[in-house]
Amino acid sequence: MTPFLSIRNLSVGLRGSNARLLRDVTLTLNPGEVRGLVGESGAGKSMIGKAILGTLPLSATALKGEIWLDGIDLQRLPPAERRRKIGATAALIPQDPLTALNPSRRIGPQITDRLVDILRWPCAKATARALELLDQVHIPDAPRVMRSYPHELSGGMRQRILIASAFAAEPKLIVADEPTTALDVTVQKQILKLIRDMQARHGTALLFVTHDLGVVSKVCQSLSVLYSGKVIEDTTVPTFFAGPAHRYSAALLAATPKYTDPMGSLTPVPEEVVAEVRAEVAATDKGWRHD
Amino acid sequence: MTDLYQIRDLRLSLADMTAKPLFGTAPRIEILRGLTFDIPKGEVLGIVGGSGSGKSTLGRAMVRLLEPSGGSIHFEDQDITHLPEAALRPLRRRFQMIFQDPMSSLNPRRRVAGIIAGPLALHGFDRIDARVDEALDHVGLPRALRHRYPHELSGGQRQRVGIARAIAMQPEFILADEIVSGLDVSSQAQILNLLEGLVRDLGLTLAFISHDLSVIRRLCSRILVLHRGEIVENATSEQLFAAPQAAYTRELLAAIPLPDPGQPWD
Repeated sequence: MTPFLSIRNLSVGLRGSNARLLRDVTLTLNPGEVRGLVGESGAGKSMIGKAILGTLPLSATALKGEIWLDGIDLQRLPPAERRRKIGATAALIPQDPLTALNPSRRIGPQITDRLVDILRWPCAKATARALELLDQVHIPDAPRVMRSYPHELSGGMRQRILIASAFAAEPKLIVADEPTTALDVTVQKQILKLIRDMQARHGTALLFVTHDLGVVSKVCQSLSVLYSGKVIEDTTVPTFFAGPAHRYSAALLAATPKYTDPMGSLTPVPEEVVAEVRAEVAATDKGWRHD
Repeated sequence: MTDLYQIRDLRLSLADMTAKPLFGTAPRIEILRGLTFDIPKGEVLGIVGGSGSGKSTLGRAMVRLLEPSGGSIHFEDQDITHLPEAALRPLRRRFQMIFQDPMSSLNPRRRVAGIIAGPLALHGFDRIDARVDEALDHVGLPRALRHRYPHELSGGQRQRVGIARAIAMQPEFILADEIVSGLDVSSQAQILNLLEGLVRDLGLTLAFISHDLSVIRRLCSRILVLHRGEIVENATSEQLFAAPQAAYTRELLAAIPLPDPGQPWD
């Protein structure tokens, strides 16, 4: 099977300095595969999603490496064509459902905009599609919700709407950037199940950015563990949870709270493990120069 | 063991301004619906519940940032339910709070030393400089960080500054409202371990609000589960995890994704 998404030796630098945000990242995603991107804050997990979607901040530069999406090397496309390609094949489920929705517009047009403007669908078809999707994410009374403003809906409802709108144009790839961190556990469970069902129903490949290994074990088939912009471990979920190969990932797993453990497993990542992984990352920077 | 807090039939309602008619008064929403519990001295109490369950409102009523609309709160046998602000002032030193988001609860224009010294000066402490250093030592921050601004610190370090500011006041009670939910698992573990040590060393009484039962198992000796403004379960940690009584507690536990692909989760 040829991978649907293939990132090869991607390095992203910080403009005006010699620091790298991503260090030779290589990963692949098959059609319909769910891969977790795991790491602490600042590990560069969201940055990978942004690099794919072409939404890197202005302070970052895509420097080296290739991103192949659906058989095309994105870096070789002229910017306008690249945007169109990304818009037609990929979508994002963002982290914070309140800031991701425009507070002064009704829900309906916020879902259909993308279908009408980018995919040139007629309005009626886009509206029908939006209603169908809202129904798929179990939103009762979809026509009323389409007329509502974001502040009139709960956090869980808003996240459902963003999921519906991500799936609306039938993308082949979705980047979910910590979609449940703003929600409490019972709502998180509903949303995770929903993402999993929608992904299976539409056969979408999913890149799931999270810092929670518990979530990874429920949603993903494979995962990449990141530290400081470098992939430390790239493995499948069963292999990883049977025993991580890298000491840092093992420490991260040990630090994840487990309510079933009377000691509560409050073991921070030991300092020597941090030093070790830092040295490993520094070694890859040897001879690195911004062009 | 004497009780530091005695809370009886605590009620709190707020005006629902979204449903206010053009003329006339807004309807009231009942947020706390008659809560009764005690916190003995030296206990670490966990307060758990989903969003909107009233756990933060309860915390804010306990440190009297909100005034209850019914029932009573006794702090060290003194009724503080409707105490006016002037009378509360001297008590404020004795119950401190640590906030969820350290970035918005630390003044971005002041250095770490100033942030910790501010409340000390307000309450007329002597040897302020020395107390700031002691507080930094207690939370495991190097004294050299005194001169940093909050934006120069990591999330875990900022949360330590929040803890230092609270313990510098030598309070009897600390309320910690979701203080680790914004942190990575490793910093989370460090902060929880730190709190556990401080409670032991300083003889603190602590209420720890969280929506995540998995982080409080080790820290808390007793756990209150709130659901829609009512206590649905009040049990010791061991009891609650061994045999959760309320259906809502079981639902909360079942929803936590364990880092184990074998966990049944449907």
